[in-house]
Amino acid sequence: MTDFNLFPLWNSLRIALIATIIIFFTGLFLAYFVRKLPKVAKGICDVILTLPLVLPPTVCGYILILIFGPKHPLGALLLEMGIRFFMDWKGGVLAAAFVAFPLMYRTTRGAFESFDENLAYAGKTLGLSNHYVFWRIRVPNCKNGIIAGTVLAFARALGEYGATSMLIGYSPYTTATISTTVANAWNNGNETVALIWVGINIAISAVVLIAINIFEGKEKGVKL
Amino acid sequence: MSLIVRIKKDFGSFKLDVNFSNEGGVRSLLGASGAGKSLTLKCIAGIIKPDEGYIELNGRVLFDSENKINLSPQKRHIGYMFQNYALFPNMNVYQNIMTGLHSSKELSKEEKINRVNEIIKSFQLEGLEKHKIDEISGGQSQRVALARIMVADPEIILLDEPFSALDEHLRTKLEMDMKEFLSKFAKDVILVTHNRDEAYVLSNETSIIDKGSVVVSKPTKELFKNPEYLSAAILTGCKNNVRCEVKDSHHIYIPEWGLELKTKQEISKDISYIGIRAHNFSLTRGDFSSEVKDVEVVEQPFEYLVRFRFKNQKEDTPKVLWLVTKDTKLDESKIKSISFNEDSILLLK
Repeated sequence: MTDFNLFPLWNSLRIALIATIIIFFTGLFLAYFVRKLPKVAKGICDVILTLPLVLPPTVCGYILILIFGPKHPLGALLLEMGIRFFMDWKGGVLAAAFVAFPLMYRTTRGAFESFDENLAYAGKTLGLSNHYVFWRIRVPNCKNGIIAGTVLAFARALGEYGATSMLIGYSPYTTATISTTVANAWNNGNETVALIWVGINIAISAVVLIAINIFEGKEKGVKL
Repeated sequence: MSLIVRIKKDFGSFKLDVNFSNEGGVRSLLGASGAGKSLTLKCIAGIIKPDEGYIELNGRVLFDSENKINLSPQKRHIGYMFQNYALFPNMNVYQNIMTGLHSSKELSKEEKINRVNEIIKSFQLEGLEKHKIDEISGGQSQRVALARIMVADPEIILLDEPFSALDEHLRTKLEMDMKEFLSKFAKDVILVTHNRDEAYVLSNETSIIDKGSVVVSKPTKELFKNPEYLSAAILTGCKNNVRCEVKDSHHIYIPEWGLELKTKQEISKDISYIGIRAHNFSLTRGDFSSEVKDVEVVEQPFEYLVRFRFKNQKEDTPKVLWLVTKDTKLDESKIKSISFNEDSILLLK
């Protein structure tokens, strides 16, 4: 039991939260802009933005190393500026955001596509700014899809393992997340620690799912 | 008050090429669904950008492809009522109407509140302010949509099929309400509809739109009297339209009906169809009389529908339709001859 500490919980939560905030805004805007593109460009963008969902997480991790690794131009440049992603918890944010992004993007785009475009047109002819139309009309009327996408992305970010372990590895008190800790504990035969973390992980996931169900139930109640 | 519209847009399989102008008052754009009526409204409102053309409202250029002018929808000051009313479901009635004033910089907050309350009163929406959009009726939704438009003080109102989202039994009353409202609105109104009754009741002028272009524009009552074009005759509700051959200036031959008519008025060479409205036949007297066959009487709630063929008409051609009021005594087997007057013949291009 001496190996047990709560750092991985805190680290996982901050990585997942920051990643979710990043995904929320990028997903929202990219979903909005891709929807308006001409057909061919839309298809291409859609494939690129969805790719991380179907690629093995380790491949995603490797791609991130190719970009942000210290031996590669951008990674080296950032390192010189004092920004470190490789083998650092900030890299965990990057990995989680990269892998979980398509969930937010696709769910939000689906919601935007079923949005009645006349509402946006009506807003514009009434003199409302594009900004107002987006934040006060489009987003609130697509909120179910957007919330679902955000929760899914958060859950995925929280459980990210493959890309994370490639980019930031595992070191206690610096980069350890719940999922890398479980893997490490099991590798070292430390089954009690692994089990505790499995329990914590199940608890968090259950809370997220219950939250989704309560929210969906409320929505249905209003509609009926 | 004036609106000039001269626009072209190529949608690939469909080409929009619309030309008309309005000098105040209500103009209907009457056309079948898919004719390009709503697209025209969207171009006027700045939602769709035409490939080329010119749009001017009260002397203000909204769109001019030559001089690269294309005002945003926000700057056009157009009141656009959508087919489904496009009320914002995330806001209540009061908030919906308030959006019409949101971007106004001239009014103080207090003035805005007063103006919204005034409008709510004049559209009889008091007591509904806090209601969500899905809690009000179709008629109320229409009033909220109009109130939201009017609070922004638009320079023109565009109405896209204003009654199509409503139940049939509500329409007549709401048409009357709309007529009263429009008579008070002194600026231009463009009414898009596929319903000839709406066009007839609500508009002074009508433009017929068919396959993306304006076929004919005329004062509404004149258009119904003399539609001039086949598509206009169909859209104004003429049920019997057939091809004809102009033999000379006083003779037309109608091949499908096997009829030759000698007319008093002169017939121009470019006439290629004739139409006769279903109400314009009679049993007794008329300028033309013809023996008929295959007579069939169908009773409708308030009228009889008589379907028949002229004596020389071929079996495989559609029957002629005649609507008769119920006070006429009809006996299917005794209808041997039917007549109509020369002035009820619509000469169509």
